[in-house]
This record gives sequence, C-alpha cells and structure tokens, in this order.
Amino acid sequence: MKITLKVWRQKDSKSKGEFKTYEHSHVSPDMSFLEMLDVLNTELIKKKEEPISFDHDCREGICGMCSLYINGHPHGPLQTTTCQLHMRSFSDGETITIEPWRAKAFPVIKDLVVDRSAFDRIQQAGGYVNVNTGGVPDGNAIPIPKMIADEAFDAATCIGCGACVAACKNASAMLFVGAKVSQFALLPQGKVEAKQRVEKMVAQMDAEGFGACTNTYACEAECPKGIKITNIARMNREYLGAMLTSYKVEVGGGE
Amino acid sequence: MKLESKIPEGPLAEKWTKHKFNMKLVNPANKRKYEVIVVGTGLAGASAAASLGEMGYNVKAFCFQDSPRRAHSIAAQGGINAAKNYQNDGDSIQRLFYDTIKGGDYRAREGNVYRLAEVSVNIIDQCVAQGVPFAREYGGLLANRSFGGAQVSRTFYARGQTGQQLLLGAYSALNRQIANGKVKMYNRTEMLDLVVVDGKARGIITRDLITGKIESHSAHAVLLCTGGYGNVFYLSTNAKGSNVTAAWRAYKKGALFANPCFTQIHPTCIPVSGDHQSKLTLMSESLRNDGRVWVPKKAMPGLKSKDAVNLHEAERDYFLERKYPSFGNLVPRDVASRNAKQVCDEGRGVGSGLAVFLDFTDAIKRDGEDVIRAKYGNLFDMYHQITGENPYKGPMMIYPAVHYTMGGLWVDYNLMTTVPGLYALGEANFSDHGANRLGASALMQGLADGYFVIPYTIGDYLATIGWNDKVGTDHPAFKEAIEAVQQRVNKLISIKGNKTVDEFHRQLGLTMWDYCGMARSEEGLKKAKKIIQDLRAEFWTNVNVLGGTSELNQELEKAGRVADFLELGELMVDDALNRTESCGGHFREESQTPEGEAMRKDDDYAYVSAWQYTGDNQAAALHKEDLKFENVKLTQRSYK
Repeated sequence: MKITLKVWRQKDSKSKGEFKTYEHSHVSPDMSFLEMLDVLNTELIKKKEEPISFDHDCREGICGMCSLYINGHPHGPLQTTTCQLHMRSFSDGETITIEPWRAKAFPVIKDLVVDRSAFDRIQQAGGYVNVNTGGVPDGNAIPIPKMIADEAFDAATCIGCGACVAACKNASAMLFVGAKVSQFALLPQGKVEAKQRVEKMVAQMDAEGFGACTNTYACEAECPKGIKITNIARMNREYLGAMLTSYKVEVGGGE
Repeated sequence: MKLESKIPEGPLAEKWTKHKFNMKLVNPANKRKYEVIVVGTGLAGASAAASLGEMGYNVKAFCFQDSPRRAHSIAAQGGINAAKNYQNDGDSIQRLFYDTIKGGDYRAREGNVYRLAEVSVNIIDQCVAQGVPFAREYGGLLANRSFGGAQVSRTFYARGQTGQQLLLGAYSALNRQIANGKVKMYNRTEMLDLVVVDGKARGIITRDLITGKIESHSAHAVLLCTGGYGNVFYLSTNAKGSNVTAAWRAYKKGALFANPCFTQIHPTCIPVSGDHQSKLTLMSESLRNDGRVWVPKKAMPGLKSKDAVNLHEAERDYFLERKYPSFGNLVPRDVASRNAKQVCDEGRGVGSGLAVFLDFTDAIKRDGEDVIRAKYGNLFDMYHQITGENPYKGPMMIYPAVHYTMGGLWVDYNLMTTVPGLYALGEANFSDHGANRLGASALMQGLADGYFVIPYTIGDYLATIGWNDKVGTDHPAFKEAIEAVQQRVNKLISIKGNKTVDEFHRQLGLTMWDYCGMARSEEGLKKAKKIIQDLRAEFWTNVNVLGGTSELNQELEKAGRVADFLELGELMVDDALNRTESCGGHFREESQTPEGEAMRKDDDYAYVSAWQYTGDNQAAALHKEDLKFENVKLTQRSYK
C-alpha cells in the first residue's frame, strides 16, 4: 500500500506546530497503525530527519497510552485504540491526517504527545476508597448483586486514554469522570464516601479546564472501551444529590 | 560472597509468622523521618508505595509512562490465584504452595513460596475493599475458575482484564497517598542509575523524559519494582517500554542477578505477520481447552487457514494429542511451546512457517457456534481484528512468544538484594516462580510483595540503620553518578552512525530467540555469545540517535534501554551455558530423556545461579545458593 500522511509536528509545548506531509510507500495491510509509524520513523532516521514522537506502550489496547486523532476521529475510524487499528482499515493511496488530542487541559508536549496528567489529578481528588492495607473484611463478607458488580465493571473498563475529551467539541471529560464516579458509587465499598467523592472529582475536573457536557454523545461513539453515556447521567445525579445534602468541599486547582 | 537467603528456622507454616514477630519495628513518630524511593508503579510498585505512604513513610515514586496506571501489569488477562477455598474443592495454602513449587520445577525456595501462598488470601480481601469489581456469582459472592491446569478453582478474575482492575485498585490507593502528600509521584521519569555509598543503597539518578533534566534523589531505601526483561527478545508480549535498565544499573552497582536465563514462553500468541512486527499479542491459554493443535503431516509451506479446512484428517498431525495422550492439548506451557517450535523446525509450520493451527472445528460441531462464542467471543474478535481472519470459519494460527521472566535480581527472604537498602519486588526479583511460573501467579506475587511483605521487612532494615543514617544528594557519589549518566547520554547522541536503535534491538532479539529461547545447546549458546559481543561493539560505534538531550527524545530513551539489553543478553547466555540441565520453561538439548523430554539434574543443579558484575566486558562471577527441599519430594514431570 501507498499512503500520504499529514502529521502534526511541534517541537515542544511553547513552539508553534504545523502539518508536515510524508509519502509512505512501505505499508502492509497487516501492520498496526503504530507499526506503520515505526516504519516511517525508521525511514526518517535513515534520512537523518527527526522521527515523529507519539505515545504508546502496551500495544494491546489496555494501557491507554496511545492516542492520535486520525482523520477527525480519536483512535481513527474504528471504535478501538490506535494500537489495535490496522492498515487494512485504510485504502491504497489514501491521505491520512494525524493530530494530537486537542484540548486545553491536554497541552501538547511534542508532536503527537500530550500531557494527560489532569486525569491523574482528578482521581487523586477522590477516585479511591479510604482503606489502608490490611484490616479489611473478608472478600465475601459483603455480597454484591451480580448485576451491580457487572455494571460497576462496565464503568471500570475505562482505560483513561482521553479519547472522550478529544472527541468532544467542548473537550469535556464527563465520560471519564462519570465512569470513575459510577464504579465507586455502584459498589457498597464506595458508597460510604460517595458524596464527597463526586463533589471533589467534579470540582477538580472543572479546575483543570475541561469543558461542559452538551449531550452530543460523541464521547460514547468514540470510546474504545464502549463506556456508556449513562455514566454521565449517574454522575450528574450523584452530584446533584451530594450538593443538596453535603457540606462544603475545598480542592486544589490544576496547572 | 556467601548468599544468605535468611529463610527463618522452624516449620514451614510458622516461618513468616515467627519472622514478623522477630523483625524490628519503626515507631509511628519516627516513620516520617524516613524516605523511601519506589521505582515502577505496576502492581508491586503501586501497592508498595501506597502501603508505605499509609504507614507514614515519605515515599517518592517514579514511572516512565505518562501515568502510573499504564504500567504493564495492566495487560494481564487471566486472573489472580488465592488459596481462599471458597469453592470447597480442597484448596489450601499448602496446596497452592505445592502447586507453585512443583510448577516451578523445583527451582524456587520453599520458604518464599509458602509465604506467597499464605498472603494470597489477604490480597483478595484488600482488592475487594478498594472497589475492584471482581466477577461474581448470582448470589453476590466472588466467582472463581480453574486456570493453567490447576485441579482446583482458585483463580479470581475480572473478565479478561484482571490486571487492569487490580492495577487500578493499587493506583487508587497510590492516588490517595499522593493526595495526602505522603507519596510524591514523578511521571515520565526514568531511573538511570543507583547510588551506593558505604555499601548501602542511598538513592537514584533519574532523567526527566520531557525536559531531559538529570537529577538525583536520596533516600534511606530504594525499591525496584520495575518488572521483567522479556523485551531483550525484541518481540515479546511485554509493553514496548518495558526494560531492564533499573535492574541492570543495580546489577552493575553490586546487586546480584539470579537465574537470568529463566524465561517463560507462552504457547498461544498471534504469529508474526512481517518484518514490521513490533510486539506479540497473547491470547488466553484457555483456548486450548477446546482448540486442537495441529500441523500437516507432510510439509505444506504457506498453508493458509481457508485451505486447511479442506485438508483430510489423515493428512493432519495433532502432535500434542499424539505425543501426550493423557494431557493432549492441555500440556503445560513449556511443553506446548517446545513442540510447536519442533514441528516448525521440521518445516511443517503453516502460514509464514512459524505457526501452528489451533482448530475449533470439532468444538463448534460438538457445542455449536453460540457456545464457543459465549466462551471465547472476545478472544475470537481480537484475533479477527489483528489478523483479519475469521476464526469461526477456519483454524487460528498461533505461535509461542516470550511472556515473562522468572529470573531477576537476587533477593533474600526480606526481598533485599545483595546491596543493603536495595529491594526488588514483583517480576523484577527472581524469588518465587523457580524455572517456570504458573498461570495467574504473577499478579499474586506482585501484590503480595507490595502489600504484605515489604511493609514488614523494610521496617526491620530502617530500624536497624536509624533515621539519621542518610546521605544527601550533595554527597560526591551523587555528583559522580550524575556526571556518568550525563556522559552516557551524550555519548549515545554523539555516535551518529548508520543503524537505528530498533535494528540493533531486533538483531539482538532474533539471536536470543534462536539460541537462548525455548531450546538451547552449548554450540548455539557459544555462537550467540559471540554475536552479542560483536553487536554490542557495533552499537557503540554505529547507532544513530537523532535529536537533543534536553527534550522529549524517544529514540534516546530506547537507545539507553537497548544498550543495557545488549549486556543482559550475554549474561543470559552465560547462565544458560552454565545450566546444562533442562528444567521448567527451558530445554537444554544435551539433557533429555530417551523420549526427547526435558530431563532435570537435581544432583547438580538444585541451586540458584546468582551472577556478580566484575567489570565491563569481563566474565561475571557465579555464586550458588543451594536450594533445600524439606517439605516436598522432587519428581520428574510427566504428561504422557
């Protein structure tokens, strides 16, 4: 296969970026999208040109490190992670445009690499159950209805890649935060602190500069793990309930 | 050097309890005077950092990924073992201990393995309390399954992503300590050296992967939770970033490296599709419960799945069923892998030549497509997505791939390496899996080490040295180490040769796979040693790393890691040369039974090989820790 790539190149967070065009003639349909970029990078190095920086690690669709906004879709045309996208999803001679995630809360570090530490900080604000190691009840002490456990699991499959933010015209992180809030709100272990948790996480989300949700469902359509929009509804419900009955919560701001 | 395992005296079942009582404690007010460095944030690192933070220690944690949640523990699919006996099917701590020590082909310490089985039950409780959504039965209690050939159902799981759910649990505990100010987290920061002063580990040197800044961090103790080194083979099921650098730097500063040649090859991975291949994807070995493994009786180069459907039964060789009638397709990982390689070496491989069929035709005929879809649907989809072939219509193709490394830094019962104050946890150490790891035991070991072992054992060391026994980063040793790291980075970037880092890595990987993989011989290993030495010499004169040092430079990161793999590779070959027995995951051609099966040599090799660094391009010194078996009887495995 032969393809034309238009790739966003940006030296660092302070520099201005631009698209550069590369003709790539050594593409096999069996390559993953990232392998296609590996081959291109090898060619660039051979020509003494700096290779393209992009994030990736497990290359099996679970670590959430790979990103890439491909032809207007986070992770490309399929509802999967970029590492699990193969070149057979494209046609010979096609032009493919690759950009980084675009969001104020995800500043570009270099080329296609962005800073997603805002997600870490949202979880540090309250995405946990306050238990220390040891001194916990037996695993079977609290039965959890299978349906509830399964629903919590569905929310917990989020891999924290940020595709939801990249897909959203408002760069909202509601699907991500909704999934995290839901997992804990559903389980008895998380119920004890449910109110403070949702207040703190939402406040941190706002402080990081993510946008609001306007119900376009783009996040759900692009999520590689199929996280449902109902998680946002649940978070809103949890948040409203908490605001009506809880006490004041203070949080630190993002950078 | 005398290697002291420090296994406590007394009956097996009382060792850990007794040891916990005998160890010194650090009083709560003094804990805040201690600093601990944790490198790596997978299951072992995140659980250790969180637990130590909760106890009151000041922790600095480091990961090279953009978030601690991305560590490669996340990719584990199958499950985690625990001797809960919730199924009332005869499981016990004793049985989990026995299965693990036998599965490791009698090359692990009894004391360590027993403790692992003992604390396994606490892990499940801990994870449930954190909100880990394990699979449950309709009654609301935890579900279990049997895994990896175990005769009891002791594996807890969270669909096909147990690793992610357990890691998210540990990560949430870590986040809580970050929010509490007890853990300072350094993302996108890589450890590039260990600092040792007066014989004790005092800190590390790191590189900020975004700014390129090289910095020193001092502490009372350093924990390496940096995973395994399977990427020395270039192609493996490890993440692309997984590397040996932290452990290797520790080795070069005096920590012994144990059993480096013990690697696990997993039989059911998706075969290589071309030169561009960057990693291999594992598919759960549960597939072998219903899939039949075969190749054509006569070589049929390039045979495709769609044509295989029409091949007559008489022309097929179901080689596992033929050779191992009682276990059939369910023989252990190493036996399945070795036989697949053997038939491909005979020229009977299918597809690219390096693949065998895994055929579900009979199972679909017997149970119907819906039943098979319910059992393996996600795996079939994954296979379809990666290969573009529909496994419901023709057999899958599979081939073995490097999956886990049992070897690692030598540690005593306290998880301390031979450098006082330096610990190794999880896959980074060598301690619990012997020569072969059982399925669903890696997650168990990572969390056991981090949640339930290190919080006790580190206190004993810290209380012994005292909080004022600390060296600041202004010490000349830190300055020297920074200087050396900077020089190495500058050197890598200044060579400007003609080959890319990946080209060297790939060549090293092929050499390791061919000569130090599933089957090894003296002749092949000697050849590999020479190839690796030449490759290493060429690397330092002909590698091309573009870009600068004071910026995000992924090629530079890779170059540093591959440079270390090029040294580790030779040590693995040395270790394999020394061990002329076949055992566990590795087969030595000179040591086989008349039927061609692996033959262990307990009289000569019931020891841990621990290698000491003696200088660059010099032979490492071998130290032996004899393994004592007082509670199990050593037997040869047979699956005929």
